[in-house]
Amino acid sequence: MTATESLVAPSAAPPPAPAPGERRSYLQQVLDSSWVTITFAILMALVASSVLIAAANAEVQAAAGYFFSRPGDLLGAAWSSVFDAYSTLFRGAVFDYEATGLRRVRPITETMTASVPLIFAGLGLAVGFRSGLFNIGAQGQVLVGAAGATFVGITFALPPVVHLVLAVLAAFVIGALWAGIAGFLKARTGANEVIVTIMLNSIAFYLVSYLLTTSLLRQGGSRPISPAVAQTATYPLLLGPGFRLHLGFVVALLAAVAVWWLMERSVLGFRFRAVGANQSAARTAGIKVNLVFVLVMLVAGGLAGLGGAAQVLGTDKSLQASTAGSIGFDAITVALLGRSTPLGTVLAALLFGALRAGSPLMQTSAGTPIDIVQVIQATIVLLIAAPPLVRELSLVHRLAALFGYKSQEARS
Amino acid sequence: MSTVTAPQPAPTAQAPVGPAVQARIAWRGPVLYLVVALISLVFFSLLTPGEDTTRFMVSTRDDFVEIAPFAVPSRATALVLSVVALALALWATRLTTQRRKVPTWVPILFGGLVLLAFLVWVMAGNTNALPLTILLTGALTLSVPLIFGSLAGLLCERSGIINIAIEGQLLGGAFLAVVVASLTDNPYAGLVAAPVAGALVGAVLVLFAVRYRIDQIIVGVVLNVLVVGVTNYLFSTVLTQNPQSLNSPPRLPTLPIPVLSQIPVIGPVLFDHSLIVYLMYVAVAVLQVMVFRSRWGLRMRAVGEHPKAADTVGIKVNLTRVRNSILGGAVAGLGGAALVSAGLAFTKELTSGKGYIALAAMILGRWSPKGALAASLLFGFADSLRQVLNNLGSPVPSQFLAMLPYLATIFAVAGLVGRVRAPAAEGIPYVK
Repeated sequence: MTATESLVAPSAAPPPAPAPGERRSYLQQVLDSSWVTITFAILMALVASSVLIAAANAEVQAAAGYFFSRPGDLLGAAWSSVFDAYSTLFRGAVFDYEATGLRRVRPITETMTASVPLIFAGLGLAVGFRSGLFNIGAQGQVLVGAAGATFVGITFALPPVVHLVLAVLAAFVIGALWAGIAGFLKARTGANEVIVTIMLNSIAFYLVSYLLTTSLLRQGGSRPISPAVAQTATYPLLLGPGFRLHLGFVVALLAAVAVWWLMERSVLGFRFRAVGANQSAARTAGIKVNLVFVLVMLVAGGLAGLGGAAQVLGTDKSLQASTAGSIGFDAITVALLGRSTPLGTVLAALLFGALRAGSPLMQTSAGTPIDIVQVIQATIVLLIAAPPLVRELSLVHRLAALFGYKSQEARS
Repeated sequence: MSTVTAPQPAPTAQAPVGPAVQARIAWRGPVLYLVVALISLVFFSLLTPGEDTTRFMVSTRDDFVEIAPFAVPSRATALVLSVVALALALWATRLTTQRRKVPTWVPILFGGLVLLAFLVWVMAGNTNALPLTILLTGALTLSVPLIFGSLAGLLCERSGIINIAIEGQLLGGAFLAVVVASLTDNPYAGLVAAPVAGALVGAVLVLFAVRYRIDQIIVGVVLNVLVVGVTNYLFSTVLTQNPQSLNSPPRLPTLPIPVLSQIPVIGPVLFDHSLIVYLMYVAVAVLQVMVFRSRWGLRMRAVGEHPKAADTVGIKVNLTRVRNSILGGAVAGLGGAALVSAGLAFTKELTSGKGYIALAAMILGRWSPKGALAASLLFGFADSLRQVLNNLGSPVPSQFLAMLPYLATIFAVAGLVGRVRAPAAEGIPYVK
C-alpha cells in the first residue's frame, strides 16, 4: 500500500529533531504547527475562490472594460461581489444578523444538520485511512444504508423507539456488509480496495435506482421516490418544529467518541493502527492482517450507513437515488481535512456542513452559484495535504523568514 | 512420473523424494467458463419459448450494401451458441487438468458466443429488430473517451504515478473543447485545446506527487472534485450567461474513409467516423509499439517498476514521471474532446464517472494499450447495449445492464479472470 501515513495524524511527519542544545523558537513552533497550516489553507482557499467569484460577476466584468481609465471601479466591484458572496454564506451558515428573533440562530442549526451525514461518513473513512485502507466507497455505503433504513422505516409498524433503533441498525448492517465486500475481496484476493469501492459506488447507485422502481421501496406512486418513513422511525427534532436539527447530531457526536475509544483505547483499534502503520510488521507480530481488512471495512461501511440513515430518517424523510448527493465524496475531504482523527473529523464536517448550509442563500442573494463550495473544499484539502506549499505561498511565513524562521524544507 | 524427479529440483527440504512438486492448478478459469456456459444454456436457450424468433438488422438505409433484416428461431440459435460455448468450456477444463495453457482466443470466442446467446434471448419475441450496426457503432463511439482515458492512466502508471484524476482530465478537456470550439466556431480548434486542459490537470497532479510527495490517490480524488467544482461554477456563471457564443460547439465532421467504409457492417462500424476516432486508432497502435518496443517505453517501464535501478543507469526518474503525467493528461484531454465531438453542449458533470471506468479499463487491460482498447470496447458495448435496449424494450432492467461494466471490473481485480499486477513502484514517491 502507498504511503498513507501522511494523512494519519498531524504529527505523522515530525519536524527534524533540533540539534542537541538547540531549542526551537516559539516562532518556529507556532508557524510549523498544523493548526497554522490548516488556518492558512482555509484562508488561501477563500482568497483563491474569491478570484473566481469576482471574475464571474457582471459588474466586475463591466468595470474591467474601462480598467485603465478608472481602476478603482474594478477593485470596488470585485470587493463588493466577494463581500456579498462570503457575507451571505456566513448569514446562511452561522448567524443571520439580518433576521429577527429565533430565526437569527437558525443557520447554525442548519449547519449542524448538514454536518451529520458528513460526520458519520467521515468517521468511517477516517478509520479506514488510519488502517491503511483507502475507501472511496462512502458514497455507495451511504446510499445502501439509507435504503436499508428506508426499507425498515416504511415496511414495518413498530413502537417509536424500537422502530428508530431497528431502522438505524439496518442501515449500519447493510452499509457494513456493502463495504465488507471490498474488505473481503482485498483479504481474499488482494483486490485493490480503491477500485472495488469506486465500482461499488456505481453499483449501489444503479441497485437503489432499480429498487426504487420495485414494490420493495417505492410502494405505489409513479416517481422513483420512496414514501415517507413512518413517524415512529424518524429521528426526533432537538429544538422543536422550527428547526430541522435532529437527534442524529447527538448520535453522530457519540459515534465520534466511540471511534475515538475504538482507535485509541481498544485492542482492536491498536491492531487497526498497527496494520495501517506497517502491514508486514503487524503480520509478523501475529495480527491477522486479512481479518483486520474485513473488520475495518465493516466498521467504515457501518458508519457510512449510519450517515445514510441520518439523511433519510432525520432530514429527507424519504429515499431517492440522489439521496446520497455528494456526501460520500465530501466525506473523503472531511476525513482528510480532519487528519483522520475523530475530533478533527467533527470539526471538518461542521466546516463543510456550514458551506453546504450557507450556499443556497449565497446563490439566491448574492448570485454566486453553489458550485463555488466544491472549489473551496477541494482547494482547502489540496493545500492541507501539502504543508510545504502553504508555507511557500504564505506571506506570514515569508515575513517570518526575515526574523530567523526557517521552513522545515530549508532545515532538512 | 512419480519416481523420477531429477530434472526438477525439489523446492522444499521436507520432501526430497516423492511426486514432482507442481504449481497448483488454477481452477478459477475453467469453473467460471463452465458456470457461465451452463447459465447460458439454461437461461438463454432452454427457458426461451420455442416459438419465439429474434430479428436482426445489419444495415441501415444509407449503407453502400443493403442487407435485409432477418429472423432466427430464438431457442434453437441460443441452444447452438450455448452448446458450442459449453464445448469450449469443457475443452478449457481439459487443457487445465493437463496443465496446458488455454490459448488467448478461447476467452474471446467464448465471450462472443455467450454474448450472442444473450442478445438472442434478450430480443426473443420482440417485434423490433436488433440494429446490429447501430449497436456496434455506438459501442465504438462510446468507448473512445474510455480508451483515451485508459491510455492516459497507463502512461502515468507505467511510470509510477497513480492517475485517479482521469475523470478530472476528461472533464477539463471536454469543457475547454466546448468553449474553444464554440468561440472559434471550428471543431478542430476544440480538439487542439482539449489536451491543454488535460495536461494542466496532469501537471498539477504530478507537481503534488513529485515535488510534495503527497499520496497520489488523495491528490487525484481531490483534483477530480476541484475540476468538477471549477467547471460547474464556470458553467453556471459564464456559460449560462452566454450560451450562444460559449456553449454551442459545432459538430466534428464525419470523414468516411474511401472504399473501406463501403464494406458491409465493418465499414460503417469502423471507418465512417470523425477524426477523433481515427486518432484513437493511431494512438493505440503507436503506444502499443512505443511502450513495449521502444527505448522511451523501456525507460518509462523501468521507472515504474524499479526507479532506483533506472536512476542508477542514468534515467531521470522524476523527469520521466513529470513528462509522462503531462502527456497522459493531454491524452485524457483528447478523450474529453471525444465526449463532446458530436457537437454536444457542456453540462454539469458531463463525464459522469467515465474517468473511473477508464481507470477500470486500464486495470482490466493489464496496463497495456491493446488491453485498454479491448476492455474499453467491452464497457462501451455494455453502454451501447443499454441504450439500444432502452429503446426497444427488454426483459432485463436497464439498471442491471448499466451495472455490468462495474461488476466486470470487480471480477477482474478480484482475480477471477487472471491476476492483474500493477507496476511495482506505482504510487511511491522517488527520493534519491
